[in-house]
Amino acid sequence: MEPVQLLDPDGRLTQDENWPLELTPELCRDLYRRMRLARRFDEQAYVLQRQGELGLWLQSLGQEAAQVGSISAVRPDDHVFPSYREHAAALCRGITPAELLVQWRGSRNSGWDPATYRFHIYTLVLAAQLPHATGYAMGVQRDGTDEIVLAYFGDGAASEGEANETFNWAATTEVPLLLFCQNNQWAISTPAHTQTRTSLHQRAQGFGLEAHLVDGNDILAVHAVTAAVAERVRSGGGPAMIEAQTYRMAGHSTSDDPDRYRDASELDSWKTRDPIHRLERLLEERGWMNDGFRADLEAECEVFANRTSQECKQLPLQDVSTLFNTVLAEPTPLLTEEHRRYAELVASFAE
Amino acid sequence: MAAPVISRAAEQSPSATQKLTIGKALNLGLRTAMENDPKVIVMGEDVGKLGGVFRITDGLQKDFGEHRVLDTPLAESGIIGTAVGLAIRGYRPVCEIQFDGFIFPGFDQIVSQVAKVHFRSEGRLRMPMVIRVPFGGGIGAVEHHSESPESYFAHTAGLRVVSCSNAVDAYWMLQQAIQCEDPVLFFEPKRYYHSGALRAEVDTAVTPAPLFSSQVLRTGNSATLVAYGPSVKVCLDAAAAADEDGTSLEVIDLRTLSPLDLGPVFESVRKTGRLIAVSEAPANSSLTSEIAMRVQQECFYSLEAPVLRVTGFDTPYPPTKLEEHFLPDLDRVLHAVDRALAW
Ligand SMILES: Cc1ncc(C[n+]2csc(CCOP(=O)(O)OP(=O)(O)O)c2C)c(N)n1
Repeated sequence: MEPVQLLDPDGRLTQDENWPLELTPELCRDLYRRMRLARRFDEQAYVLQRQGELGLWLQSLGQEAAQVGSISAVRPDDHVFPSYREHAAALCRGITPAELLVQWRGSRNSGWDPATYRFHIYTLVLAAQLPHATGYAMGVQRDGTDEIVLAYFGDGAASEGEANETFNWAATTEVPLLLFCQNNQWAISTPAHTQTRTSLHQRAQGFGLEAHLVDGNDILAVHAVTAAVAERVRSGGGPAMIEAQTYRMAGHSTSDDPDRYRDASELDSWKTRDPIHRLERLLEERGWMNDGFRADLEAECEVFANRTSQECKQLPLQDVSTLFNTVLAEPTPLLTEEHRRYAELVASFAE
Repeated sequence: MAAPVISRAAEQSPSATQKLTIGKALNLGLRTAMENDPKVIVMGEDVGKLGGVFRITDGLQKDFGEHRVLDTPLAESGIIGTAVGLAIRGYRPVCEIQFDGFIFPGFDQIVSQVAKVHFRSEGRLRMPMVIRVPFGGGIGAVEHHSESPESYFAHTAGLRVVSCSNAVDAYWMLQQAIQCEDPVLFFEPKRYYHSGALRAEVDTAVTPAPLFSSQVLRTGNSATLVAYGPSVKVCLDAAAAADEDGTSLEVIDLRTLSPLDLGPVFESVRKTGRLIAVSEAPANSSLTSEIAMRVQQECFYSLEAPVLRVTGFDTPYPPTKLEEHFLPDLDRVLHAVDRALAW
């Protein structure tokens, strides 16, 4: 099956009656701006890792359209369960650079309050967030509100039992859940065809979910499909799944060495499908991007990058007492005693 | 236990010594085991072309092919579960779990299946498989990448659990584990995989120590330190530092965590009267609890001080910037030695 595509790699637009999109200059500029900011942030985080300011960084490079296009198509009060590479989506929700980077700097395990942004903390154990999203949606279902739940996962994670249990569970409980798979073709060194022989959206259909395949580097298609599917889920149509075909343009992480397992030519071919360039061409062709907008955005990106660096370097160290105080709602006597003894020990070294 | 492995390479040259890191020794151990037995299969996430995220399986797929070195789908339960089937079929799977914290999706298969197949089949079926787990902290990693889950497995009947602390053991113990007729959880000190300081001469022609045995690595009279995996180095460093202050510490590398081989520990405690058990794993209901209990039972009249422990806290593993607090280090070990001596 061909993925839904509205904007081809050269920026040519076609309309698709199944996936109506009210195309306005404002929408296109907004999506473009968010992708540019996300990419600039990602580049800066990469630099910070190379400077030793971050322990590790997992780039979202190349996946901006899949993330920005999808999260901008749901409501701000729809709860999101990300995996760990959803930086562009997180930024759209207003999560700050400091909040996003603190985990990768190694100062805390998570950086933001999930309730504030309606965006759950990152989950590093693959696919574990998917049953959580399903359960959260069961709660929404019982509360009778019209929120939906959006959950992100990758092509690799789709092989875990929990992903497949989620497909089945969501289908049988008819929860208001939208599962969004970013198939970026690689799980570290393992290509998608090692993970699966049917495409993932077809697998989801087999479980009884409404599922669609979309060109994940076409932000207009991602946005249109997600918006339409989200509204069906919201109006009681049952859970759905979207597979976005995209590409991890960087290594898996800053510790990875992709040259060991993939051809440079593959990356080159995906570079011609870069999600940002595509929308840029449309904006240019339509005359929706004047010099003022361009200059303002360049400046905004640089300010954002500087802010990212500064906030990162100023992140405070966590006090060791938070270790003992955050394990449970109430510390146990064992934890209290360990904490006391450790504080005593540290004090004795200081003497 | 099967007889010690003598590799073909070793047979040809009676003394074949190479200076290896722990990581390279594991790689050579795997390679030798695969050469010696065509039934040995290596499987896991990214173990093929990439050679594993720590490169322990580097070059094996190239030399042994995709049928013997498999990049599996991303599913730990699947990795362990299919290894059970392979073992029933007569293969010797060696599974790599990418990081300690990701063994848990496979926990059910390990605890309910791997550990019980022999028992449930009344010994008709054997489970000769190895599950390799890079474990422990100190590498500045994000959450779930620095854990020490060994006590869960030592607690489970039907599993054997070992951990190597140096290159010689890495090379030999891995081959012995692969030859073992029972399932072996093999915990590797990932922090020292590529440590130049722990590079050591590995003689591939000697007869190795039995797999399920503890070893005294340093003799001393004042107190005994017992540890395994990455904590062994901390203890050896502590013993060297204490020596300068005139305190002589005995250091025992446990090597086998289940079954425990505490004979050398009892003997040592009867001599020193003091024991400090060191591990990165939290203390509560752990291997160090078990050691303390058995030592007080066996050596009650020899003890000059209670058995002390230096371990990770009873909290989840902390974010990187706090891991130095959590990990037992020289200062904490020596502090415990002082307490034991002052008792
Ligand atoms: C349960 C589990 N097993 C293994 C890992 C180690 N690991 C981290 S990311 C990754 C690949 C994930 O690929 P995919 O789901 O496609 O997401 P991507 O990283 O490509 O965004 C692996 C194997 C993990 N985090 N969790």
